[in-house]
Amino acid sequence: MPATQRELKDRRASVSTIKKLTRAMELIAASRIVKAQQRAKAAGPYARELTRAVSAVATFSNVDHPLTTEKPNPKRAAVLLITSDRGQAGAYSSSVIREGERLNQLLRDGDKEIVPFLSGRKGIAYFTFRQREVEQSWSGDSDGPSFARAREIADALIEAFLKPTEEGGVDEIHIVFTRFVSMLTQKPDVIRLLPLEVVEGEEAPAAEDVLPLYEFEPSAEDVLDGLLPKYVASRIHFCMLQAAASELASRQRAMKSATDNAQDLIERLTREYNQVRQSAITQEISEIVGGANALADANAGSE
Amino acid sequence: MAEDTGKHLEVALVAAERVVWEGQATIVVARTTDGDVGILPGHAPLLGLLQGGTVQVRTVDGEFLVAAAPDGFISVANDRVSILAENAELGHDIDLEEARRELEQALAAGTASEADADEVRAAEARVRAAETAS
Repeated sequence: MPATQRELKDRRASVSTIKKLTRAMELIAASRIVKAQQRAKAAGPYARELTRAVSAVATFSNVDHPLTTEKPNPKRAAVLLITSDRGQAGAYSSSVIREGERLNQLLRDGDKEIVPFLSGRKGIAYFTFRQREVEQSWSGDSDGPSFARAREIADALIEAFLKPTEEGGVDEIHIVFTRFVSMLTQKPDVIRLLPLEVVEGEEAPAAEDVLPLYEFEPSAEDVLDGLLPKYVASRIHFCMLQAAASELASRQRAMKSATDNAQDLIERLTREYNQVRQSAITQEISEIVGGANALADANAGSE
Repeated sequence: MAEDTGKHLEVALVAAERVVWEGQATIVVARTTDGDVGILPGHAPLLGLLQGGTVQVRTVDGEFLVAAAPDGFISVANDRVSILAENAELGHDIDLEEARRELEQALAAGTASEADADEVRAAEARVRAAETAS
């Protein structure tokens, strides 16, 4: 039996409520993404100056810093996985988690033990459900990460890195996050955070842009000591901002297609409802006509 | 010896999440771990860690700015001065009363651990910057 008129009406009403919801979420994500991009832009100068300063120190002094030294025989690797706090963002979290699993496999093949660090409730849920151990996790501000949070994560990671391996330290640190390529493309990506590779800036400096011969105050070693933790925090902040922008873009896209689907469903249900209503009317009319005819026939017979 | 180039300094005070102030200045005074340094146009390239957390800037218009830049660093090259600190703030953006309260709280928490001591230093820098600015 086809659905009744009332059922179809109810279903249509509920789909249009869902549509309103997804539409609102789409608009919210769209407005937040502008903010996220502004934040990423506003964090640019700090990161740029810091990178420049670190390259300057690294270029002009021959200092070995614990944070830049490769350990000879890496045994334990920390992986920081940056996911979102909330769902409704399409494949965003699952694709970054998949990238993380791929990296884990790669590290395991290299005989390294994995020490997971997580950011974002989705990643935490994934690990808890599989009852895997997590070294440390953060959540609560995946769509608008503050620098303070990045700093907190950086401090924890640096501490783990500086601890000797035997006492639970790690030998290298990777970050898995989603790079914001454009509004349409976001790509899960992996970078190695520590040991730091010697930075020479984003692009090779032009001939006239040679870094000046800096004086260091108090000394190159001390400056490097002060700068590197900041640099690490700034890199983490960069990754988190990229991830936040990607999350919002994914959410906007997912919610847009949900809204479109809801619209299609509403149109289909409306059509079906009209058909059912029309056939009910036709049936009623034919019943009345049939009844009237029967009555007329009966009356004609009795006279 | 800094030669007089007759120029000015391009100064940028940058916090982690925004550029706090940007403009031209005639002199910048900052306290590094080795003591106060005054930077005039034509200064040799310098990278220094800030200590004490306040930076003073005299702009080309003769205006006097004080900024709190706890735990930051300064980089000077080609008459460009960049002062970077995670939580840089201009003195007249800081509420003096509130800064004093925070300092008291920080002092009450003690200076036993490294983190607490840092907090006290940062709070002191904010109070100092706010006092000088007002």
